[in-house]
Amino acid sequence: MLNQWLYIGIFVVISVFLPGVAILLARILSPKKPNAIKNSVYECGVETFDKTWIQFRIQYYLYALVFLIFDVETVFLFPFAVAYNQVPLFMVMEAIIFIAILMGGFLYIWRKGALTWR
Amino acid sequence: MTISKWLGGLLSNWGVNDSWSTFILYLIGSAVLGTVALLFTLLFIWAERKIIGRLQDRYGPNRVGPWGIFQSVADMVKIFIKEHIIPSGVDPGPYHLAPIIVVASVLMVLAIVPLSTTLLGSDLNVAVLFLLAVGGLGEVGIIMAGWGSNNKYALLSAFRASAQMISYEIPMAIVLLTIVILSGSMSMNDIVLAQDIPFIILLPLGALIFFIASIAENGRAPFDLAEAESELVAGFNIEYSGLKFGMFYVADFLRAFISAVIFSTLFLGGWRGPGAESIPALGIVYLIIKSLLVWFLGVWIRGSLPRYRIDQMMKINWKFLTPLAILLLVVVMLAGKLVESAGSTIQAFTLIGLNLILLAISMWILRKNETRVEIIEVGSRDRPVARPDNILTKNPRGG
Repeated sequence: MLNQWLYIGIFVVISVFLPGVAILLARILSPKKPNAIKNSVYECGVETFDKTWIQFRIQYYLYALVFLIFDVETVFLFPFAVAYNQVPLFMVMEAIIFIAILMGGFLYIWRKGALTWR
Repeated sequence: MTISKWLGGLLSNWGVNDSWSTFILYLIGSAVLGTVALLFTLLFIWAERKIIGRLQDRYGPNRVGPWGIFQSVADMVKIFIKEHIIPSGVDPGPYHLAPIIVVASVLMVLAIVPLSTTLLGSDLNVAVLFLLAVGGLGEVGIIMAGWGSNNKYALLSAFRASAQMISYEIPMAIVLLTIVILSGSMSMNDIVLAQDIPFIILLPLGALIFFIASIAENGRAPFDLAEAESELVAGFNIEYSGLKFGMFYVADFLRAFISAVIFSTLFLGGWRGPGAESIPALGIVYLIIKSLLVWFLGVWIRGSLPRYRIDQMMKINWKFLTPLAILLLVVVMLAGKLVESAGSTIQAFTLIGLNLILLAISMWILRKNETRVEIIEVGSRDRPVARPDNILTKNPRGG
């Protein structure tokens, strides 16, 4: 089992290493002639106005929140899914009740209009 | 695999001890797999451009080499020696790391794909969770690119892209849950081994949901909101140039193929096929053929469908795909237990039947909610404009 994780570890290092080295090589090979105009922020013909890192819309935050709830739900259900062949019908009903409670929340969000993009 | 055995023998003959030789073998294996994947991307870029060209009645690349096959090689050489323009005011950490992380997140998925009976990278027992986690890493890369570039278009695009990606991860994860229920394991190899009947036959609806979600997850047309040229110029990679942009480009095209590989592993039986158990090399061929078919379907969709609006895209996901996926999960969970004693044939038929019923119901709901858009003609009374023979224009005077 540890060997499997060793492979994953090596693969992670390799998959960071390959693009990293390619970019580094290209950086060395490529010409470097920066100037002020070239390095300015891209905007449609005019100079960029004000800061970029500003407050963003609450909408994205809402989606992230709903996502979090559902993702945690699926992570909770994965162990159940693996053991599915061994569990009795009673436990399946329990899992369905768990999903149903979450669906209640989902319905609430839906009715509140948080899922509608405005 | 014979090559790994030969290498292992060679290393032990040289007096390398066992754990080190495993390490070296893994290192060589992953390096070869990663490099091959990156080089094959050149071919995929060419093929996709060519196919989309033909779909849209153009030639596509046709100058460099026969059928323009070396076009992407030429592009690569060019992009390799282009200047890296680093705009003033970028946040250097995220800005420089983002392309690397995006490519890495795509490559890492390859580590868990079983290529044939004997050749599998890592038979992780939580491979499905790994898949979801690595999918999340791509979003981190995109957010870093958008945030680091100090550009409003890039930032907006990154927000959109991450909202889209996390949204479509939900139906995907739920369908993965259904697959885990059917196969009883989270390891990719066990999922492949469980597919005596490919899951696409047992779960046609699940396969459909997964396919749509994986297209959206890749940010490809019709879900390429993140790079809507008319609104956001180029998307989150707008401030990148040279090979850093090239890395985003490569990641985009490679991800399309790798998600096809994942789809064919989960639904089409992966490396399984006639004779694949006895000759491992055939398994790789089968896997690649299946993935190419799925990949071609994705390219076809990309070439034919127009882009959705962002509110439509969110609506499709949250108000259609997610409830449907959860319904499917509950139905599969119940049906599996209720007909457990009936034998595998009846189980399979029950699953297929329930899937088709769900599909029919959802199609009916979609049809009911469909809003027909009437096509308004531009013209005047004296000089009516040639009306396209559109079946949607029921009104003979148009409008």
